[in-house]
Amino acid sequence: MIEVETLTKQFGSKIAVNNLSFTVKKGEVLGFLGPNGAGKSTTMRMITGFIPPTSGDAKLCGISMVDRPAEAKTKIGYLPESAPLYNEMTVTGFLKFCASIRGLTGTAKNDAVERAIETCFLNSVALQSIDTLSKGYRHRTCLAQALLHDPEVLILDEPTDGLDPNQKFEVRQLIKRLGQTKAILFSTHILEEVEASCTRAVIVDRGVIVADGTPSELLAQSGTGSLTDLFRAVTSSDTEAAA
Amino acid sequence: MSSCTIYKRELSSYFSQPTAYAIIVIFLSLSMGLAFSFGKFMSIGDASLEWTFFFWQPWIYMLLAPAVGMKLWADEQRTGTIELLGTFPVSTWSCILGKFFAAATVWLVALLLTFPIVITVNYLGNPDNGAILAGYIGSFLVCCTFLAITMLVSACTRDQVVCLIVSVAICVTMVLCGYDDFTRELGKAASPGAVEAVVSMGVWDHFSSLNQGLLRLQDLVWFASFIFVCLLGTSAILSSKRA
Ligand SMILES: Nc1ncnc2c1ncn2[C@@H]1O[C@H](COP(=O)(O)OP(=O)(O)O)[C@@H](O)[C@H]1O
Ligand SMILES: [Mg+2]
Repeated sequence: MIEVETLTKQFGSKIAVNNLSFTVKKGEVLGFLGPNGAGKSTTMRMITGFIPPTSGDAKLCGISMVDRPAEAKTKIGYLPESAPLYNEMTVTGFLKFCASIRGLTGTAKNDAVERAIETCFLNSVALQSIDTLSKGYRHRTCLAQALLHDPEVLILDEPTDGLDPNQKFEVRQLIKRLGQTKAILFSTHILEEVEASCTRAVIVDRGVIVADGTPSELLAQSGTGSLTDLFRAVTSSDTEAAA
Repeated sequence: MSSCTIYKRELSSYFSQPTAYAIIVIFLSLSMGLAFSFGKFMSIGDASLEWTFFFWQPWIYMLLAPAVGMKLWADEQRTGTIELLGTFPVSTWSCILGKFFAAATVWLVALLLTFPIVITVNYLGNPDNGAILAGYIGSFLVCCTFLAITMLVSACTRDQVVCLIVSVAICVTMVLCGYDDFTRELGKAASPGAVEAVVSMGVWDHFSSLNQGLLRLQDLVWFASFIFVCLLGTSAILSSKRA
């Protein structure tokens, strides 16, 4: 469903993503791990067609994002890192706008909005203005936007960042549930999330994949049975990277 | 279709916030105030509105049009919602057109609300209503030109204030460029060829003839191509920013 082929992104002389390749099949939840600045967001932005890759390609359900972006984008639901929203709109107004832009109209649109509101537990704030929402609700509103058109591919950039433990738990459950019928790629630097909701995980560092496997494989690979140890062994810290 | 969705969202965002109302009220007070004070609307006995009313409008637009257009892309880039737009299955052009027409509609509403002055001249005298219509068209085109410039500038920055200052500077230059008193002074210092080049960059050359009731094709083409070039530039800047 998601096929990433030798994706590379260069900003000036800095290589943010270096020759990355991996695939995510239907029914798979791939955890995309890595320290800050590893190139996770940049990779996701290329897969979703927000920025063009320097070289390489991403295929969504077999459709190339480089050659047929308009068509490939219809396959994806995307939650950007900072959960951006139009602050002056209401939650329902925003979701209706996103649904229309996805080509939904009439009752199909209203049903999709209602379904997304229910899936993301937004009932209590449905008519509230977005700028009055707390962070957890903002995040879920943006997540609801990604689910509107029932996409086959979900790309979530740090979906649990900044949420409280209850909300984190709910989002993980949601990812797990949605993962049964979709291909999901989600990034995080919280390691417990991998065991909680991923069927497979890759660890990237400075734009390259340094570990790849199911959570149990990765645990075995760590030697000590702790993902943190593996993570610390295969990635470089900020201070080292700068040096 | 998708530009229509974006158009509706932008327009409702203007009217769900104080922006549009503030601009319309200020525009109406200024244009009426100037017509009745400096324009000597009552004493001059001229029913054509050319000098009393339309003459002042570029001066008002050069300050107020950027205030309407400044948020178009600057805000989108500051809040990160551009990442949503960029990953929806819509082209950059639909977004540009939707936004541009929404801002233009705010001004169209403002301009239409000046109708009492047309009723007044028809009540007091016997004006050429065709010429008044041409004046309105010219005035609206000047405004759209300034909006297009503002849009181009707002694509360059995420800061609305910077966008406002830079666009006002450009618009003021364009108004001054062709203004008689200014070109006379310039004529003393520079060669006639240089003066002509400067004047052709200004809006008066094209606005004045429309204002006199002359609907010349060359003026319409000038406005249309100027606006088109600005929108083309906006599209180029937005895509180069993501590269
Ligand atoms: N637009 C950009 N221009 C220049 N460098 C960038 C840009 N976006 C990201 N980078 C750089 O690319 C690297 C990877 O960033 P990012 O993908 O955001 O990392 P992550 O999401 O894994 O924390 C960082 O070093 C960052 O500074
Ligand atoms: Mg990131």
